[in-house]
Amino acid sequence: MPKTDIEFQLRLPSQTDNLELIRDFVSKVAEKVGFGEDDVGKIELACDEACTNVIKHAYAQKNGKQTLDVIIKVDFEKFILIVADHGKGFDPQKIKVPQMDEYLAELKVGGLGIYLMKTLMDEVDYDIQPGVKNQVRMVKYFINKKESSAVKPPEEK
Amino acid sequence: MDTFSIKRVDNDDLSTLYLNGFLDAHTAPELENEFEKLCGEGRYNIIVNFKELNYISSAGLGVFMGCIEDIRGNKGDIKMCCMTPKIFRVFDLLGFPALYDIVDSDEKAAELFHKQEA
Repeated sequence: MPKTDIEFQLRLPSQTDNLELIRDFVSKVAEKVGFGEDDVGKIELACDEACTNVIKHAYAQKNGKQTLDVIIKVDFEKFILIVADHGKGFDPQKIKVPQMDEYLAELKVGGLGIYLMKTLMDEVDYDIQPGVKNQVRMVKYFINKKESSAVKPPEEK
Repeated sequence: MDTFSIKRVDNDDLSTLYLNGFLDAHTAPELENEFEKLCGEGRYNIIVNFKELNYISSAGLGVFMGCIEDIRGNKGDIKMCCMTPKIFRVFDLLGFPALYDIVDSDEKAAELFHKQEA
């Protein structure tokens, strides 16, 4: 049983050479709170994709002084992963999640990160306040809700 | 810290890239350069061996998407081999097995090229 209501935070320069460090941090915490290898891998990759998006797109100016925050909150039922920046933000309504068959047929490059985040995690949502704080919040439940909801209760006779 | 490296081995008209370490947005440009170099030399029959690759993100997958059109347009291809289950899961999640041949050894990947020539 994971510990309840614990929080971890990491603030670091918004640069690709920190991705490995971020992945180590997130996967170690996910392991510590009880996720198996498969879920740890999913959380690690979803976090990398969110951070890569921040590093590539959040800041118009890139001089090594911009930061990104990785925050993990854990309670009895879920693991919440927040990736936040203070950059220009974006309109989440305009994000297109690619249809993979059409996407592959057209041999497009990039844009796969959002698709992966949505596929790997149970919930993904955004809170965008340009220049103040933008964050993507991703949730993984300890009991897989997607799988358990697929199991139908027995019909009443 | 050397988190990603590529070893290239040329054999007749085949070139094999052995990837090692972590392929992410930081290291993907190295792989991109290697493909550009191969294409610049007119070597379009490429095997990528993933045996020693521990991690891949969409930035790494994007490299393959970015160069495949040029390579196939020149009658070549990228054949992939020796993926660990962790790496294969990411490719599979994005439907890449429909687009690329993925086999379990260098030899099988080379055979696929030879069959194409025959």
